[in-house]
Amino acid sequence: MSRTYNIIKYICLLTWAAFVVFPFLWALSTSFKDANAVTSGARYIPWVEFEPSLQGWTSLFASGSQGINIVTPFMNSASVTLLASIVSLSLGTLAAYGLSRFSYKAGFIKNADITFFFISQRIMPPIVLAIPFFLMLKELHALDTIFGLVIVYVALLLPIAVWVMTDFFASIPKELDEMAMIDGCTPIGAFFRVVLPNSTAGLVVAGMFCLIFGWNDFFFAFILTFTETQLLPVAIVSLNSSVTPWWSLSAFALISVTPLALIAIFVERFMSRGSLAGAFR
Amino acid sequence: MLSLKNLSTADRKRPLSNLDADLKSGKIYTILGRTGAGKTELLRAVMGLDDISGGHLELDGQDLAKRPVRKRQMSMVYQQFINYPHLTVLKNVAFPLRRQGLSAEDASGRALVALELVGLAGFEGRMPSELSGGQQQRVAIARAIVKKARILLMDEPLANLDYKLREKLREEFPRLLAQNADGIILYSTTEPAEAMQLGDEMIVMHEGHILAKGPPEEIFEAPSTVEVAKLISDPPVSIVDGKIVGGKLVLGETVLPENADLKLPMDGSVKVGIRPDALSVGGDMPATVVLAEFSGSDTIVHVTFEFGAAVMLVEGIHEFAPDQSIAVSMDTSSLLLFSEYGDNITERRSDG
Repeated sequence: MSRTYNIIKYICLLTWAAFVVFPFLWALSTSFKDANAVTSGARYIPWVEFEPSLQGWTSLFASGSQGINIVTPFMNSASVTLLASIVSLSLGTLAAYGLSRFSYKAGFIKNADITFFFISQRIMPPIVLAIPFFLMLKELHALDTIFGLVIVYVALLLPIAVWVMTDFFASIPKELDEMAMIDGCTPIGAFFRVVLPNSTAGLVVAGMFCLIFGWNDFFFAFILTFTETQLLPVAIVSLNSSVTPWWSLSAFALISVTPLALIAIFVERFMSRGSLAGAFR
Repeated sequence: MLSLKNLSTADRKRPLSNLDADLKSGKIYTILGRTGAGKTELLRAVMGLDDISGGHLELDGQDLAKRPVRKRQMSMVYQQFINYPHLTVLKNVAFPLRRQGLSAEDASGRALVALELVGLAGFEGRMPSELSGGQQQRVAIARAIVKKARILLMDEPLANLDYKLREKLREEFPRLLAQNADGIILYSTTEPAEAMQLGDEMIVMHEGHILAKGPPEEIFEAPSTVEVAKLISDPPVSIVDGKIVGGKLVLGETVLPENADLKLPMDGSVKVGIRPDALSVGGDMPATVVLAEFSGSDTIVHVTFEFGAAVMLVEGIHEFAPDQSIAVSMDTSSLLLFSEYGDNITERRSDG
């Protein structure tokens, strides 16, 4: 029974792993092909089925007609995503803590309404926000700048941070903050000395969401930039011409996905552990 | 001295109503009441965690209401084992001392002494999650006593422990609480035995009110009302309706024999409190067993008489079947008499 169960379990896991890993292998394989190898049927194994070429990779660091230099878009994307994520996570965490611990009331508006207000920002289709953002950045002379994109991304990522962290703080017993205050902390001291150090899992999840949404955004990066501040997703699209360079696109895709994959692997340990174990029973 | 003057709170679950008490330094006050009686709400109000809606709370004549929690010179042990999960046992216990401005070295030194006191020497490097429930609560107790706070609040600290651990820690409490000998200790519990054993004075609470306060033995001997009588022992005092007819106490159709010590009031209706140990097997009162349960080395038997239901405590382990007919005798000397309104009207000739 248990042997059969194990066999079925591993078959399922391997099938799922194949679904997840295969696109990456396909992209990796394609990135080392030339035009001939790409268009001459299904070939996957280098040196056996096709002769590997570095054309796809070298074209990403070339310039002019040789390809496109992705270093600048990569650094732009990294700057915008990191800055916007840090600001969103900082503000969102503080807002979420306030919403989870204190009661606010202004007329009919209460905590749940404020939380929903934050979340509702993500309900609207991006196109609705595009024109106001465009006009706002134009007024601020921040179109096509990293600063402008950071402002917009903070507005987009803040709801995610507030949403995730409000939910997370609700799972931390408020007796923990109370105990910190009884032991001599101010309310803000209780937050920084006790609550925040025990919120690693929530911060990691919220941070990951911010990074993923920020890094992968194409729509606003496309609308709000022209030539000066190109982000990675927009740069990928600009690779496409009359002949689609699948080898460059594959290399580009792998480079694009690598930072998030590395961060996910690094922070996975913080998510899998019950960080509140031993807090209360 | 901690003074509660007409103290009220507007807590939605269990508001406190007009509580009055003067709590003196160097004493342990046990707060006895059922779940939902308002014990936790009282401790939280004293600590400043919940707002006071009326009355005053004073420490040595100074109003506490405006003083923030961190400046109240109090410490607290929760029913749940609240510890800081990200800190080692030693840092947990040293935490309040560090907030008081002690150096890391001094705080650690005092924390180590406190840990030794609660029997956790050698555990200082562990994380709370690596400890058993009992050990986690010991860490919380060490953190509470290490401060030597003016007021130590303990909210059913043994409630989540298993029976054996509860007994063991309860035995250790007088020694541990002696660390706060100059302070005021408020200890809430649902268990009458615990309240009697630990308290210099006892406060009995019910539905947000203080029903009685005073030395435990006095409250036990002469509970002021029916509600207090029901709360001060486990198994509880059984309350049945009776009447005084011609100078005799009558329960239903049963005329109880006169007792030389019990002074009966004028003829009329009364409520009669029967202590569980006032009933014993063998006698001339027919009863029917409803349920029998074992508690330690005793048997608790729920019986019905023709005049009502009562609980009987029988020494030793005995088998009783449901619906079994038994004969019971009643020691009328320990009976409690209450007026129709529930006030204690028991008078004993031996009291003079």
